[in-house]
Amino acid sequence: MIRWYKVTEGYPFRFAGEEFIARPSGALWWPGQRMLVVADLHLGRSERHARRGGALLPPFEVPDTLAKLAVELAALEPERVVSLGDAFDDDLAAIHLNDQDTACLADLVKGRDWLWIAGNHDPGSSIEGALLPGIPGSGAVELKGRVSLRHIAAAGPDISGHMHPSARLAGRRFRCFVVGADHLILPAFGTYTGGLDIRDPAFSPLAAGGIALACSARVFALPMPGGRGQSPLQKRDI
Amino acid sequence: MSLPPRFRDWFAGHGWRPHPHQLALLEADGDTLLIAPTGGGKTLAGFLPSLVDLHLNPARGLHTLFVSPLKALTADVGRNLARPVAEMDLAVRIGDRTGDTPASQRRKQRADPPEILLTTPESLALMLSWPEAAKMFAGLKRVVLDELHALAESKRGDQLMLCLARLRSLSPGVITTGLSATVEAPVALARFMGAKAVLEASPGPTPDIALLPTRQPPPWAGGGGRYAVPDVLEAVAAAQTTIIFLNTRAQAELFFQALWLANDKGLPIGLHHGALAREARQKVEAAMAAGTLRAVVATGSLDLGIDWGNVDLVIQVGAPRNIKRLVQRIGRANHRYNAPSRARIVAANRFEVIECVAALEAARAGELDGEPRGPGPLDVLIQQILLTACAGPFDADRLYDEVITAGPYASLSRTDFDACLDFAATGGYALKTYERWQRLVQRNGLWQLRDPRAARDLRINIGTITEAEKLKVRRRGRGGGPLGEIEETFAASLSPGDTFLLGGQVLRYDRIRDLVMEVTPTPGREPKIATFSGLKFATSTELSQRMLAVLADPERHAELPRSIRDWLALQSEFSGLPHPGTLLCETFPRAGRWHLVIYGFAGQNAHQTLGMLVTRQMEALSLDPLGFLATDHALMVTSLQPVTDVAPLLAAPVLEQGLEDWISASSLMKRNFRAVATIAGLIQRNRPGARKTGKQTTFSSDIIYDTLRRHDPGHILLRATQDEAQRGLIDFNRIDDMLARNPHIELRALPRVSPLAAPLLLEMGRVRLAGEGQLRMAEKMARDLMTEAGLDQVVQGD
Repeated sequence: MIRWYKVTEGYPFRFAGEEFIARPSGALWWPGQRMLVVADLHLGRSERHARRGGALLPPFEVPDTLAKLAVELAALEPERVVSLGDAFDDDLAAIHLNDQDTACLADLVKGRDWLWIAGNHDPGSSIEGALLPGIPGSGAVELKGRVSLRHIAAAGPDISGHMHPSARLAGRRFRCFVVGADHLILPAFGTYTGGLDIRDPAFSPLAAGGIALACSARVFALPMPGGRGQSPLQKRDI
Repeated sequence: MSLPPRFRDWFAGHGWRPHPHQLALLEADGDTLLIAPTGGGKTLAGFLPSLVDLHLNPARGLHTLFVSPLKALTADVGRNLARPVAEMDLAVRIGDRTGDTPASQRRKQRADPPEILLTTPESLALMLSWPEAAKMFAGLKRVVLDELHALAESKRGDQLMLCLARLRSLSPGVITTGLSATVEAPVALARFMGAKAVLEASPGPTPDIALLPTRQPPPWAGGGGRYAVPDVLEAVAAAQTTIIFLNTRAQAELFFQALWLANDKGLPIGLHHGALAREARQKVEAAMAAGTLRAVVATGSLDLGIDWGNVDLVIQVGAPRNIKRLVQRIGRANHRYNAPSRARIVAANRFEVIECVAALEAARAGELDGEPRGPGPLDVLIQQILLTACAGPFDADRLYDEVITAGPYASLSRTDFDACLDFAATGGYALKTYERWQRLVQRNGLWQLRDPRAARDLRINIGTITEAEKLKVRRRGRGGGPLGEIEETFAASLSPGDTFLLGGQVLRYDRIRDLVMEVTPTPGREPKIATFSGLKFATSTELSQRMLAVLADPERHAELPRSIRDWLALQSEFSGLPHPGTLLCETFPRAGRWHLVIYGFAGQNAHQTLGMLVTRQMEALSLDPLGFLATDHALMVTSLQPVTDVAPLLAAPVLEQGLEDWISASSLMKRNFRAVATIAGLIQRNRPGARKTGKQTTFSSDIIYDTLRRHDPGHILLRATQDEAQRGLIDFNRIDDMLARNPHIELRALPRVSPLAAPLLLEMGRVRLAGEGQLRMAEKMARDLMTEAGLDQVVQGD
């Protein structure tokens, strides 16, 4: 079988015997599968905030996130797109998408094999992976395979989201991919998302001794804490 | 009103006579601004009309509201006022209402308020947001605004003026008295508070101030002044009671520790700063009032008008950064009107010696500095609109009419007001998505909260101080007592096992649980770090110019200590001294990098701005700038390539274009936005019970800022942020001034660091470049870490 794909911008690395590319946007490109993977879009977060009587945040994170996604689709022309969960901030946020955003989303999904994996924030938190009406594509709880795709890391090797890894370096925060021996964790792709510092103990069982790939204009690698001895990352001067 | 017999007897009984300005204020029949030097009996002057009125026309219920900038001040004023009230047997109850007031007492006050209520601007705003505010303040007769000069310098003053406008509508006829230390523009301050008249007391005798002679010369850099500890102890021993001021909390902690290590005589010395637990602060305040302490080490928390009559010496450690602050701090000593205050200054480093000499000269000359104030900021107005809605439904026209009676908002246009109201109601976005979830809705012509439960969150958000979030610090173990607070960002920089200083103790960080940092005292260990930030002041323009004048004139070097004279002589020989009319610049290589130093003497903020602009231009010229350091006196830029000509970096069009770009993209703007968005209620302050856990649920205000700029560049909060930057632009004007004053640029290419530049290399707080420079730096750090971890060879494989 012939396979072809563009040589793209990003940081190439190997995980579980496969080649991947960490994109500066925070998306994962799996050339061998022509698959684009994104995690934690959290669409509709501003709407959910307002609905719950909180601050009226600028309601632009949906067009912003979708525009970023559109750039990736145009650059990579993936056959398959997988969202690793928490695509919407909650059920109602998905239902309350405005017409323009709904149309934009439909446009992106059209003509592609698009899979929404359920996350803890997602519509119906569907055990069976059912989708809410109006959301195009198909749904699943996880995608099992030699390398599984799911929202929260479980039995490896798997690719997951949920944790929003980020690192502070030179006084700035960078969204990160975390690459361990058995787990590959994606940064949150959505505009309105925060980060969990990679020094957090939650990462140590998943990626001790691994590396983190920091997303910026360029992607660069740094070591995860908890490798041999004390990692330099635990010093306060990073 | 004249002084009733009971009051005359009270004064006479103590052998006192009322000051002329105290009597004059009693005669005044409208809103008045009283300007009197520290120790001039301002506070009593402010209260005298209330006490006399309550004596002649006894009445129960809230009569006078006293607003002061500090919690510590209200406690102090309460104590001082209790004495005449008791001695004259007046039927007047005095209560205070601040963030420190226990809930039980607050409830009692809401049901049965004391005649005189002492409070802070934030607590007043909170009280005005209660539904019963109208009833509570309806009978109010007088308002006294203490230390108005200090409040007017920040948004707290703007908020207070909006609250005052509300009080004036709730209680027409209320008389307001503003109390202020000496200021440079009394009429402007009077307009600010809406006073019709200014009453200026005669200034007291000239203070006795000088540099404290020290055994050792000051070090080259640093701000701690610890080299002078033996000299300070000696001065404390010779005086009755001393207040030792430092500029930041961290410095106060370190200095306090150093004092105790050298305190062989065991002099009772206390520590007082805003990060300490309330109990600890109160203990020190009480001990000071009782006269059991010989000295207290303090920061800005004691800066304003705390009356401790027995203080006879003030020692200022570190340059005071502006002349006004020095004068006010000096006023702490010898709080008697007719006796001169005694103050001694310890310069923390060699540059500061020159600064201190200049400040002393200015203080003796009675010169003050000050920066002009712009119109009232919109974020504060938005908060006021939301709090008004908390109190009950309101009419937009009437609220607008009320707001423009506040001095800072006198020229507010109806369009801007409506934009603020729209933001409060709908978010004010170009994309109208919140019809269903509006915060405020109009019913029967009146604006009100869509969900009245939102009032709770809005009240939590009250205030215009947007300091870093704080973590409480507690001793580890059962029943571990509270020790104080530290900034969350400082806490985040610590790893378990690290030691730091708080309350004079060395503490080991054990863990964070439930947003409380648990620590174990580890006496005898060297603290690893003590860098949690206090306020940072920039040297004022006036002071910088005086410094430059001292530096440039060799004849005046005679006023300086020997070590400083030698230093300047060396500089003169090796490079040159800065002198008016010429902008002195130096370049030299060091440690594989090139350094450019511009001796601008324009203040830290201006140098910071200049640093941003110059490095941008250096980036464009491929000089590979790496970072810069801005101090009050100079800017130092490091780069990979040498600068051979400074003029192109400082050309006015280059700077202005750079400024335009910088304004919209800089991290400073993001910081401004964060403050504006917090005050306007877009970013929630911590909520009780629902505090974020630092997990992935929250995202930074930078993201909101960037999103807003991309999708809604005309949004009102971006405008408010721009306004904020315009105020900061005073500092840009200082760059302009600096260039205009120094048409001639002198660049000296040196083989190595010059004597004048050497202290800069030792300074902390270098700014790393945002954008490309910062990314390059981060990448380099990441590469080093990878190499250190032995991972650099294995990344590509698996």
